[in-house]
Amino acid sequence: MSTAPAFARAREEGRAALVGYLPAGFPDVPGAIEALRTMVEAGCDVIEVGLPYSDPVMDGPTIQAAAQQALDGGFRVADVLRTVEAVAATGTPTLVMTYWNPVERYGVERFARDLAEAGGAGLITPDITPDYGAEWIAAADARDLDKVFLVAPSSTDERVEMTTAACRGFVYATAVMGVTGARTTSSELGGPLVTRARALQPRGADLPVGVGLGVGNGDQAADVAAYADGVIVGSAFVRTLLDAGTDRQAGLAALRTLTEDLATGVRRGSAGGA
Amino acid sequence: MSRFDADDRGFFGEAGQWGGRFMPEALVSALDELTDAWHTALADPGFTAEFETILREYAGIPSPLYEATRLSEQVGCRVLLKREDLNHTGAHKIRNVLGQALLTKRMGKKRVIAETGAGQHGVASATAAAYFGLDCTIYMGAVDTRRQALNVARMQLLGAEVVAVDTGSGTLKDAINEAFRDWVASVDHTAYLFGTAAGPHPFPSMVREFCRGIGDEARAQVLERYGRLPDAIAACVGGGSNAIGLFAGFLEDDDVAVYGFEPGGDGVATGRHAATITAGEAGVLHGARTFLLQDDDGQTVESHSISAGLDYPGVGPQHSHLAHVGRATYVPVTDAAAMDAMALLARTEGIICAIESAHAVAGALDVARELAATKGPEATVLVNLSGRGDKDMGTAIEWFGLGRTEKEVEA
Repeated sequence: MSTAPAFARAREEGRAALVGYLPAGFPDVPGAIEALRTMVEAGCDVIEVGLPYSDPVMDGPTIQAAAQQALDGGFRVADVLRTVEAVAATGTPTLVMTYWNPVERYGVERFARDLAEAGGAGLITPDITPDYGAEWIAAADARDLDKVFLVAPSSTDERVEMTTAACRGFVYATAVMGVTGARTTSSELGGPLVTRARALQPRGADLPVGVGLGVGNGDQAADVAAYADGVIVGSAFVRTLLDAGTDRQAGLAALRTLTEDLATGVRRGSAGGA
Repeated sequence: MSRFDADDRGFFGEAGQWGGRFMPEALVSALDELTDAWHTALADPGFTAEFETILREYAGIPSPLYEATRLSEQVGCRVLLKREDLNHTGAHKIRNVLGQALLTKRMGKKRVIAETGAGQHGVASATAAAYFGLDCTIYMGAVDTRRQALNVARMQLLGAEVVAVDTGSGTLKDAINEAFRDWVASVDHTAYLFGTAAGPHPFPSMVREFCRGIGDEARAQVLERYGRLPDAIAACVGGGSNAIGLFAGFLEDDDVAVYGFEPGGDGVATGRHAATITAGEAGVLHGARTFLLQDDDGQTVESHSISAGLDYPGVGPQHSHLAHVGRATYVPVTDAAAMDAMALLARTEGIICAIESAHAVAGALDVARELAATKGPEATVLVNLSGRGDKDMGTAIEWFGLGRTEKEVEA
């Protein structure tokens, strides 16, 4: 499975794809599955399942809190595969977003195998870059898994070229310099980065470019959808569940409302197109 | 270029084995920029001269080599102490921060950030920032800010902002995470003064080079005074900056045995320790592949040591390499053994050392006793006394039950 068909369909519909993130095991393993399936029903085109990790250097306080709650609740790496299996069964492409050490510990080849068997589409790897990711690249290529690496506003053209050449599925553009977390204003860095990520791709690759970090509502999603192929939302979903506390039904209802708002947003902004 | 140095990608040993740069893309350009600036500085005699002048005139370096005669009598052979405890701010760490801050100034950045555990690196960083007129933010685990309130006050007096980090375990590793988060957002105008010879390339190599004066000076001092090299050298290893600084001067001397003493906490068998090389397994933490304390899922396991400065679940990747190829030997020293050594050194030599350094003393005394037995009284052990113990008096009071007078005890 790959995320490519989901991006292609969105492009055919003249809009950006909505990519939604939640960590596995938050608020607990079944709770995360139910929440992710709700997000699928309400309009997410692609799902990212986070793998809670003890040292998440790229995450802001919101996702840190959720990951900590999952770890405190006894989360195990096998739970992320279980979650992927349950969400991918909906037919929606489902990726895992993970820091590197849990994969290395699990065994890179074994992780690729088990992820593929669970129906997962691939990995987003925020703390390795292609030049240090040879083992993962080989394992992913062997199983046709998506390799989603990140580009940043600080990336040189040379590195954007190297990174996009190593990606499969889509390219993850971090639109702000900073960690994850919803922001009140849209970044001015996203547009130019998407332009570079498109222009510097290998000829004919035509990889979609998703923009993440900072989007929290439909208006912001529309702003990003105006120039990107995908709008990636994480912290805002997590925040919604955190705010609902122990009232699971209220949390799911709020999650549905937010997803619908974002799904409307990605249809308001005119898709960039390559 | 030594056979023990990293390659261009920051790997020690066979390609891909130890070290490297497992980092978010957002920071790669800054790390490349830092690597270039450091290489340029290394090749520039003007940089080296300025660095040495600052170390000499401001920090009291080279530190003396001291023959601990009464301690030597106890073990039956010669014990030498490299007195890094006499440096400005009380530890070897001033070397690293002055080097990195000088580089920061050259790179035109106006702000520095740093993580700190016990507060020693934080105090050193705040000191260097004051010296060079840079803005300074220090990240410190909330647990540590309570344990080391005096160092928080010192940093504040030096003009630094101290941020208490509540996330995770609220200790050093979490302070490092938070400093990285700051850096991702501030990298265009901020330098990260990494506190130990760990982390992503170029930090393990760069920090070693800024600290290698410890080993280079000690080697020259021993040769000049005794006309020979020591039989063994010893240092404590948390992240491992003082140790790698000492080792760097002696790695090519095959006849010099190299010992790193790890924080054994309550004993490795209890699980409450920070003996990363002894009991850890290879993995990736804070940008480098190295030995680390982790569970079956690759989650970092909390470390324990009476010494906050050694209380870190990872270790510099070059130490992993040196252990792997057998060039250095790493041995755990328990809290109790370290505290005994602290007291012994105080009573026999009149030196109150840091608890970190007491681990090195404790381990070195065992090595010295063995050497005395096999080689006789001319055997020589060199110990890096990496820091002074003022900051540790609270712990010492509690451990030894100090501070009460005779009369109170009687009452």
